[in-house]
Amino acid sequence: MAADAGRYSLTLSPRTRRRKLVNLFMQALATLAALSAVAVLVLVIVSVAQRAFGALTWDFFTKTAATFGESGGGVANALVGTIVLVVVAAVMAIPVGILVAVYISEFAPPRIATATKLVLDVLNGLPSIIIGIFVFGLLVLGSGQAAWKGSFALAIIMLPLIARATQEVLALVPSTLREGALGLGASRWRTVVGVVLPTSIGGILTGTVLAVARAAGETAPLLFTTSIAANVVTWDPRQPVLSIPVDIFALSESPDPADHARAWALGFVLIAFVLVISLGARLLLVRHQKKLEG
Amino acid sequence: MSAVPSAQLLRVRRRLGDRFGDIFLYGLTAAAAAAAGALLVAIAWKVFDVARPAISKFGFGFLTHQGWDVARNQFGALDFIWGTAITSLVALAIAAPVSIAIGLYLSELAPRGARTVIASLVELLAAIPSVVLGLWGILVLGPFVGQDLEPWLHRHLGFIPLFSGSPENSGILVAILVLTIMIIPISSSICRELFLGVPDELEHGALALGATRWEMVRGVILPYTRSGVSAALILGFGRAIGEAIAVTQVIGAGHGIHWSLFVTGDTLASRVAEQYQGAAGLQLASLVYLAAILLVFSLIVNLVALAITRRFSYQRAGAT
Repeated sequence: MAADAGRYSLTLSPRTRRRKLVNLFMQALATLAALSAVAVLVLVIVSVAQRAFGALTWDFFTKTAATFGESGGGVANALVGTIVLVVVAAVMAIPVGILVAVYISEFAPPRIATATKLVLDVLNGLPSIIIGIFVFGLLVLGSGQAAWKGSFALAIIMLPLIARATQEVLALVPSTLREGALGLGASRWRTVVGVVLPTSIGGILTGTVLAVARAAGETAPLLFTTSIAANVVTWDPRQPVLSIPVDIFALSESPDPADHARAWALGFVLIAFVLVISLGARLLLVRHQKKLEG
Repeated sequence: MSAVPSAQLLRVRRRLGDRFGDIFLYGLTAAAAAAAGALLVAIAWKVFDVARPAISKFGFGFLTHQGWDVARNQFGALDFIWGTAITSLVALAIAAPVSIAIGLYLSELAPRGARTVIASLVELLAAIPSVVLGLWGILVLGPFVGQDLEPWLHRHLGFIPLFSGSPENSGILVAILVLTIMIIPISSSICRELFLGVPDELEHGALALGATRWEMVRGVILPYTRSGVSAALILGFGRAIGEAIAVTQVIGAGHGIHWSLFVTGDTLASRVAEQYQGAAGLQLASLVYLAAILLVFSLIVNLVALAITRRFSYQRAGAT
């Protein structure tokens, strides 16, 4: 009896207990890793928001930087500069990006489509500072900085993001739609312009908006192309302009605590813009996917 | 003749329009794709072109020469290659297990409702602009590292050369931590997708045989996704070697090759970002030479990662 009780005991053997403990330990580690990533995100956002709070005044948004010796002043020129840079870059990158995507998904033979996707992935993997150097060598060297040159650099960063995102939604368009249009006698280009692109507009928009968010936060390409600017608000893309990221970069290296406060406030504006846009784009994508499936 | 064109004429006109439209759209899109390819070639060509004076003066010796002497026009890349290697490799060593763990948590462990929320929070970490992360790095993380983390590491692990030397608020270690934060969201979100792609039959089979969850992960999920995970980590590594701005802000513009992580240093990218202003002549060409080296490194890293991914997806496609 006693021997049987030992053999059929329901208590765990030491070996099983150890396996369960190891399992529990590993699960705890994985949970901890995920929690710490979220904690870092919260920590960064909270510390930026906290330090930015005092500096976010009306003057901050409407005035340019104070001249030496004065106090106060704002960053209106950097805010306007970023808007100019990003809008011009989007105008350059969006049509080209969509065209490349249409070529890959509608026209290219499989091998060339693969090669083009590879080109886009390599472009996307290039360090942004390399893009900055390229535009510096191509356009700035010898003729000076200008906002549109910075926009050109940002457009190179946006191009692979827009093209890849668009190509992926175009690939999701059911081929029955294309066949239906062609079967009704529509030509190739009418099918693309009238059926394929309108069906995938939501996904294209998401990819574009995410690319804009990414470009708005880039510093390195702008350092070489549009970083030394007069302390005035200008909407002219032929002039060099200051931008939010470049201004944060410059202010963060200053020893003056007042400059740090302005850097934090700018950082808050930038993070708020980027996070709101990325979240909005993600929601848009979810809705679009549901519509395609439903 | 009436003013209304005949049906025949309309049809011809329409057919011509469609013919023209098809060719036009094809030409336009093909030109855009060709332009993207040309852009890539132009980038590589222009970077080497601007660096040419330094390349012809220093040759390959630049890669193994130490020191950056503006006054004497003597430049070398070895310090910065070392700085890039040590910051990115140590950051990858920290980020790799954490990314895999996060991927596992999000694909296997997290409660269903929380999954997408936590996954998007981790991805939002990647959306924080690097200049803001750098600002946080200088003013928040740096003082913590210099005053708490480094003294602690030095006290307890000072016998390891990595943790020797006196603590500083800016330096290699701060750069490593910032880069780790940048690698994790990229690698972990790819890992998560890979782990989700493991066929349920395999996972359920292992569990039905009595494996614990961890044994199932070690025996089924990790072997199944091995090459994909390594590609994810290599992509994160590629991001780390190219990061210029945040590293410039926290690394402290130092010189020399040291084993200690506490000292200041510089990477290829951060040296370019620091010194471009006011640089001219041979100094400018040498800075761009550094960028050219970075370009070659990042091309190699990216192509390796892409090649692994491609082979991986072929294998999977063949298996099903």
